[in-house]
Amino acid sequence: MNRQAQAAVLFLTGVALLRAGVTDLYLRYVKAGLRPLLLAAGVVLIAAAIATVWYELRRPRVSAEPHVSAEPRDTGRAQAATAVQEAELVREVAEPREAKAARETGAARDDGATGEGGPPHSHTHREPRVSWLLVLPLVALILVAPPALGSYTAMRSGTALQPSWGYPDLPTRGTGGSVRLGLADYGGRAAYDHGRSLGHRRITMTGFIALDRGGAPYLVRMVLSCCAADAQPVKIGLTGRIPPVLQPDSWVEITGSYTARRAKDPVNGGVIPYLKVNRVRPVPVPHDPYESWGG
Amino acid sequence: MAITKAAPPKEAPDKGERREADGARGRQAASPLVLTMLLLLVVVAQGPIRRGLAAPAMESWMTVFVAVVVQALPFLVLGVLLSAAIAVFVPPSFFARALPKRPALAVPAAGVAGAVLPGCECASVPVAGALVRRGVTPAAALAFLLSAPAINPIVLTATAVAFPREPRMVLARFVASLLVACAMGWLWHRLGRTDWLRPPARPSAEGLGKGAAFWASVRHDVMHAGGFLVVGAMVAATLKAMVPAAWLRAAADGPVMSVLVLAVLAVLLSICSEADAFVAASLSQFSLTARLAFLVVGPMIDLKLFAMQTATFGRGFALRFAPATFALAVVVAALTGAVLL
Repeated sequence: MNRQAQAAVLFLTGVALLRAGVTDLYLRYVKAGLRPLLLAAGVVLIAAAIATVWYELRRPRVSAEPHVSAEPRDTGRAQAATAVQEAELVREVAEPREAKAARETGAARDDGATGEGGPPHSHTHREPRVSWLLVLPLVALILVAPPALGSYTAMRSGTALQPSWGYPDLPTRGTGGSVRLGLADYGGRAAYDHGRSLGHRRITMTGFIALDRGGAPYLVRMVLSCCAADAQPVKIGLTGRIPPVLQPDSWVEITGSYTARRAKDPVNGGVIPYLKVNRVRPVPVPHDPYESWGG
Repeated sequence: MAITKAAPPKEAPDKGERREADGARGRQAASPLVLTMLLLLVVVAQGPIRRGLAAPAMESWMTVFVAVVVQALPFLVLGVLLSAAIAVFVPPSFFARALPKRPALAVPAAGVAGAVLPGCECASVPVAGALVRRGVTPAAALAFLLSAPAINPIVLTATAVAFPREPRMVLARFVASLLVACAMGWLWHRLGRTDWLRPPARPSAEGLGKGAAFWASVRHDVMHAGGFLVVGAMVAATLKAMVPAAWLRAAADGPVMSVLVLAVLAVLLSICSEADAFVAASLSQFSLTARLAFLVVGPMIDLKLFAMQTATFGRGFALRFAPATFALAVVVAALTGAVLL
């Protein structure tokens, strides 16, 4: 890959990062806290692309004055180029025959270049083929923009529910008498605090639906700590007034109350607490499809 | 000088076309064209491509792949900027003064200095590469390479948050990681041979202005390490999307087996060191010592890092360094776990 192509890839990668960071696209892949870093990295990549093009354009001009030929720029070193120019000029004065001058110039060029501890080609040629792979995430991010992880990943991995530091009291009055909780929050209270802090309160939670092999529905939210590669599901079993048809991966808002029923996750043996469902309402995919730890 | 003699007759007649005259160079000149064609082709064919990628396993693969790259790029860029700054603006004499003269002492000093690089392992590889090129003893630079992603404050804080009931985990991680980093540094000092360290040729910065040299280094490192990062991300995504987590359950029994399995898993998953503690916390079917091994091995050697080390230090180095690091990290983690946990 030569420098122009590299500059193009750098530029496109920078633009893709900026675009992902400016829209909410990045939230499908990484936690919200990474946004400033993404934007900064995008700017740096674009700057690197511009700098590459700028130095590339400037390079021929450095040694453009002598009219014999345009080779020496490729050696990339101003000093070497100047030396060659001088040699050319001297030769031109002494021997005006073009062919000979050109031949000598070629010789001088190769001589100068090989003498500097590496073939001149190493500049432009040595970027390994592996650089081409950078095009892949670019295509994936710009054209395909894969969706956030859903039920497929969730049902293949064990629930990530962990005991927490402590469970603060719920706010006394939520909207319409129900209180909105994250899945990890509800799950922690239900599984490790035996629902003591939940009482008979009406709980509202938002997540997507996943079905296990037997077709039993779960409300799931993936929890991120850094990026989607470390995403893990928090699963809440559903019981009570469940609608007859629940599509996997559809987003719903569920209102219900604590029940002492619980199950064991077949994947890692973790605890899956249940929720007694009162009402299920379809909702659009939220702004940030993931939950983060402690949030 | 053979090139010198052979070149003129070939090059003299068509000096205007010189780019095309050289076979390799002709291929090079075509790469913007290839890139344009490739991107155009993908744009034209995006409908079929999207349909082909709609299977849940494929979608999940792509999401994890893009996520690993998007997450790692900012840290890679940070590391690359630092490495370029070291290469261009910090004189070699600075490191000679800052580090103890004797390599045996420079190793722990560099290992502890790793605590100040806030980031994950993607940042430490280019920085360590720049340190070696700047004349820092390789043993010390390698200790830095191994310790930086594991013992910096961000990672230790994340570990404390992930293990709220096991504060000793943070201490154990710090101690074990620093021990492995120093041990690998000393080991390299005793046994390492400089000809194993063969960094691929890079553009020489001599004669360039500081700005030009800085940006040339940034471009080179991003293209180089970035390409290998993509390889690592593809492998990690394949494992995450294809291998069922249920397999792990069978392996959780037996103290030796569980340590080995989690150490291998750390290598395969290639999770960012800022996040691996949360994954370790959820592997609750394994013993604490096994999870410590996961936390110690992961930041030091994983598929993504191996690929990036190959890019920075050469294949001969990576093939020797990676297995040694792995073995040492497993042993030290098991011992530390036995003492502290």
